[in-house]
Amino acid sequence: MSLDVDIQATLGRFKLDAQLQAGQGATVIYGRSGSGKTSLINAIAGLSRPQSGRITLDEQVLFDAALGINVPVHLRRIGYVFQDARLFPHLNVADNLDFGTRYADASLGKNHRKTVIEMLGIGALMQRRPGALSGGEKQRVALGRALLTAPRLLLLDEPLAALDTQRKEEILPYFERLRAQGGPPMIYVTHDMSEIVRLADHLCVLRDGKSVAQGTAEDVLADPANMKLIGVQDAGALITGVVDHHASDGLSGIRLSAGMLFVPRMAVTVGTSVRIRIRAQDVILSLSEPKDMSSQNVLPAKITAIREGASSGFAIALSCGTDRLLARITARALAQMELKVGQNIWAVLKANAMPPNAIAPS
Amino acid sequence: MILSAAEWAIVTLSLRIALVATLLSLPFAIWIAWLLARRDFFGKSTLNIIVHLPLVLPPVVTGYALLLLFGKQGPFGEVFETLFGITFAFRWTGAALAAAIMGFPLIVRAIRLGFEGVDHGLEEAGATLGASKRAVFRRVTLPLITPALLTGAVLGFAKAMGEFGATITFVASIPGQSETLPSAIYTLLQVPGGEADALRLIAISVAVSVLALAISEVLARRALQRVSGQ
Repeated sequence: MSLDVDIQATLGRFKLDAQLQAGQGATVIYGRSGSGKTSLINAIAGLSRPQSGRITLDEQVLFDAALGINVPVHLRRIGYVFQDARLFPHLNVADNLDFGTRYADASLGKNHRKTVIEMLGIGALMQRRPGALSGGEKQRVALGRALLTAPRLLLLDEPLAALDTQRKEEILPYFERLRAQGGPPMIYVTHDMSEIVRLADHLCVLRDGKSVAQGTAEDVLADPANMKLIGVQDAGALITGVVDHHASDGLSGIRLSAGMLFVPRMAVTVGTSVRIRIRAQDVILSLSEPKDMSSQNVLPAKITAIREGASSGFAIALSCGTDRLLARITARALAQMELKVGQNIWAVLKANAMPPNAIAPS
Repeated sequence: MILSAAEWAIVTLSLRIALVATLLSLPFAIWIAWLLARRDFFGKSTLNIIVHLPLVLPPVVTGYALLLLFGKQGPFGEVFETLFGITFAFRWTGAALAAAIMGFPLIVRAIRLGFEGVDHGLEEAGATLGASKRAVFRRVTLPLITPALLTGAVLGFAKAMGEFGATITFVASIPGQSETLPSAIYTLLQVPGGEADALRLIAISVAVSVLALAISEVLARRALQRVSGQ
């Protein structure tokens, strides 16, 4: 699958001018509310028509303003899971699920249906009406309904935004499983960083209608230039490791390329590869190896870039073994420590800065 | 209360006229309501006015217009006579036409409200699942507006049962052809000593109306529950 988007649209005072390339796996579109995320995927689905530009999916031109091509929504074979589920209220769960199957590739057959229903755990809900479902159940049915049309691409518009934290944790594993088990490629819209660490292969950052950063999730998040875009609160790099052991004192050890990282005990079996988000503001830098500290993690690192960020902060890019880290320090700290690119340094991390929702199997 | 043969004929004729009028206007009403609710086109407000004319004109004017247009010598009257063999003048068909025209704006208004109340997001969802515009209309929109359809149909039916002015102007009040409940009551009230018979018909007319309302209430409640996802 390869999706190529380059569109411009004016909606009232809002201008969308977005470029997006997406391939296999999950591409997350990240941005604040009002940054044009939904407008962008609505254009991909065909629900709205841009003023100019071009959208191609694999070899097919879905939209081309110059050539006057605009494939209607129902012929695009692009699934869409809406934030508000949008189950048909006049149909029960089974009929909602089967709504689109008659338009889908007939060769998928009953097995596909059974697999999807089992994977989503919605078999017991079949006779229920949408009004009798919880928010999480609604989203699972909506996801199943889209999957049963065998889409070439699945669009998800903040599918968890309407759910509370507990329900989010209930639904996220289904998206993770979908990604891991080779489901259709996904374009996943969110403004929640914890969903990025769990799902994103690729990341596209939207701001004020413009796609301002794009690439693998690791690259985009490790780039100090993007700190302003992502927001100083949320910015932070992704590092990878393998779960090494679970200690009896409530910590788990994760083997990184540069050493052992201790995090609060997590429910992942030893030997699993994981991805960890480390927020830039949680990283403390030290010129010498600190010994007498409560922080459990001290990792050797090297400064690769220094960039002035928002307000009085600086973004420091670090290489840490084969991983990259991002730290945020004040201008005063930068001056006092006389930090320079190429310098060796120690990165200090509290274990509690990496809660379970910042760690996900990769 | 046992109905006499003559009374029974009046009741069944009235029911037939009202039923035919309602069922025939429904498809047109759905189409016009859809145009008014969902489309922007040149002449939309003119169409809206024309649809609502029977509601605001004196019924006798509408009846006379029908007589001119659909009477024996009227342009449409002749077309229907030669093409379909349908005569309107002084027939129950004419009474049904008059009832349909008079009830039309009420049905259109109800259905239009229904269309305007449909969550467009559900129609979008239908399209992303592969349904064409027509399929979305049939499988999503129409089922969702069933409460409005029922309301419109009941309003139209009630209007048709009670229609008097346009009907009597267009097709008079001929027993067995165009003598409906209201026109029979009116005729009886014109005859000295006819009040007792008129009262019987009035009682029947009240009973029919109450029954129709009760049935529609039950159906509407069920339909509403259905489309609210319960």
